[in-house]
Amino acid sequence: MTEAAASEHTLTVRVRNEFGVLSRVVGLFSARGYNIDSLCVAESLDPAVSQITIVTRGNDEELEQITKQLYKLIDVIKVIEHDPGDCIGREMAFFKVRTQAESRAEVMRIAEIFRSKIVDVCSDSYTIELTGSPGKVEAFTEMLRPLGLEDVIRSGRVAVARGL
Amino acid sequence: MRLLGADIVVRALQEEGVDVVFGHPGGAVLHLYDAIQRLELRHILVRHEQGGVHMADGYARATGRCGVAIVTSGPGVTNAVTGIATAYTDSIPLVVLTGQVATSAIGNDAFQETDNIGITRPVVKHNYLVKDVRNLAPTMKEAFHIATTGRPGPVVVDLPKDVTGAEGEYNYPKSVSLENYQPRYEAHWGQIKKAMSALLEARRPLVYFGGGVILSGASAEMRRFVERLGAPTTYTLMGIGGIPGNHPLSVGMLGMHGTYRANMAMDECDVLVAIGARFDDRVTGDVSKFSPNSKKIHVDIDPTSIRKSVDVDIPIVGDAKNSLQKFLKVMDSEAFLDGPYSEQIADWWKQVERWDREHPLGYAQPAEGPILPQYVIDKVYQLTLGQAVVSTDVGQHQMWAAQYYHAQSANDWLSSGGLGTMGYGFPAAIGAQVGRPDDLVICITGEGSFGMNSQELAVASEHNLPVKIVLLNNGVLGMVRQWQEFFYERRYSAVDMPLGTPDWVKVAEAYGLAGLRATRPEEVETVLEKGLALQGPVLMEFVCGRDENCFPMVPGGAASRAMLHSAPDRD
Repeated sequence: MTEAAASEHTLTVRVRNEFGVLSRVVGLFSARGYNIDSLCVAESLDPAVSQITIVTRGNDEELEQITKQLYKLIDVIKVIEHDPGDCIGREMAFFKVRTQAESRAEVMRIAEIFRSKIVDVCSDSYTIELTGSPGKVEAFTEMLRPLGLEDVIRSGRVAVARGL
Repeated sequence: MRLLGADIVVRALQEEGVDVVFGHPGGAVLHLYDAIQRLELRHILVRHEQGGVHMADGYARATGRCGVAIVTSGPGVTNAVTGIATAYTDSIPLVVLTGQVATSAIGNDAFQETDNIGITRPVVKHNYLVKDVRNLAPTMKEAFHIATTGRPGPVVVDLPKDVTGAEGEYNYPKSVSLENYQPRYEAHWGQIKKAMSALLEARRPLVYFGGGVILSGASAEMRRFVERLGAPTTYTLMGIGGIPGNHPLSVGMLGMHGTYRANMAMDECDVLVAIGARFDDRVTGDVSKFSPNSKKIHVDIDPTSIRKSVDVDIPIVGDAKNSLQKFLKVMDSEAFLDGPYSEQIADWWKQVERWDREHPLGYAQPAEGPILPQYVIDKVYQLTLGQAVVSTDVGQHQMWAAQYYHAQSANDWLSSGGLGTMGYGFPAAIGAQVGRPDDLVICITGEGSFGMNSQELAVASEHNLPVKIVLLNNGVLGMVRQWQEFFYERRYSAVDMPLGTPDWVKVAEAYGLAGLRATRPEEVETVLEKGLALQGPVLMEFVCGRDENCFPMVPGGAASRAMLHSAPDRD
């Protein structure tokens, strides 16, 4: 098979909400040497079905294999590969910032510019909640870093196609 | 009707037409074993769980039915894993029932507890942990359905002790509905026609088929297809028996120890039609140099097999039998096939025959000197005319058996192809004999492999299963030694298994079998004739020389035309 450049892909995998299904999906990726950049799992509208969003990396042939291998799992109902131009991808993240009297105003200003929310205030820290594209999360991280950023907790990406 | 969980399991097996199970009892499956005894399910007590799963596997391959094995929790399951993985890699339908500690104890590191779902997950088609007795019957139904349909494979059903001990309502479902599991049997007509046109334009066509043809019961269609087409036909280790090995259109097995003409034909063909084969690395060698100029047609029921390692021009997802039937339908309307086509490919056949003259398979048994393993296998073929069920183990003897024993029918060749499991052959032969009590079953093995599951001699003896063991004893792990000779400058490392450790004839006798031995070439035929004529199980040991190597050989990772015909440093 020809070697083509690896690129990032976002997959939504709809699975039967059964015992051990996540380990089957994750096990498939590790056993066959595919990457998982991020992973997000939750129940769907139908409680018998869970939705897994996987961000992976690979060329077209690898992606074709990943999709086919996923379909081979008995518990997998549907695999959707999102077209990057026609889907909305978001992640959520918490940022913990150590604050001093002189930096507080600047942290709040940046938080406001990024349309994030300060969800916890202590005498020496802010906890900020941000939702956005991975690029926005990265940019926010870089802005906060010099201001006493202590920790970032990212959710992994969820994605949805535009339209119905 | 209310039944004990264990009884539900046994009733389900009976409902599925299971006439025998292979297993070993233990704490977690005591309820099940009580039900097996009360409900009179035929059970073969194996001496090791690995052997038990191989028996179920051999039974499945030889009969075309689903094999069933039962093991207890913990070590029972870990011992079974090799057998399950063997069946998985070769797509053999099995249902393996594993014992589990009570649901209340799961996760507590209880006695003989293992995470059976986790341990078996990468080597099963699917597995289930049944936590509620109400789910038992539907799960059993699903397990058999999944194991035997589509690309077959092993399914594990993990049974906690309190579930088999609980009472539940028994209604065996008539059918299964799994919206997400719908194997595609019907090949696409458009693709079939496209493939047929490509084949008809070919000047150098080659048919290459594998285990999918055996599994779908398509050997009759396979034979009609190649006879109608008249093209050279090669097969994988798993495809042996799909057409008779000595069929005039057969160019023999291909791959690492395939025939010269098969590998050369693969290298130079212009249209390749692959049916139920998966372009395994032992077939392709260096993928980038594999059959470089051919248009490739690939029929497989498993979409993941297509374009996994080799790019394909005309993919066809579908069952081998269904696809071949459709090919035959198209061919019936092609008057072209009746004359011009054989002229069109006549030069190609001449080339194939030239290759065969250049490097035919062969050996020269000296009258004095050591017995050659190929000679023994050739004699087995001549005495049986390829009509026996033959199982092999793994190593040189396996490749020689593939080269010199020309199996005549599907389901008559049992060999661990994908996983290469030493210790497979003998228990598989026992399973085959249980499934086909009236047929001659021969296990061709080596001392390295045989020793890995020789405890099952007790099963052959106890049930007087007349398996004929052809043990080729060269006192070394021959295939490993061959690689060390060729690629590690004869630095032999950990390959000696000195003759007499043990004395295999005495081992056979200790288990109550007849034991025979040949040490000189002139004794080979006599021992085989005598052994094959004996009523019960018999072990025939052939003491061979240690220096014989298996040729041709495509060194690992080399292009398939780069075959060795003698040891590289002796050229």
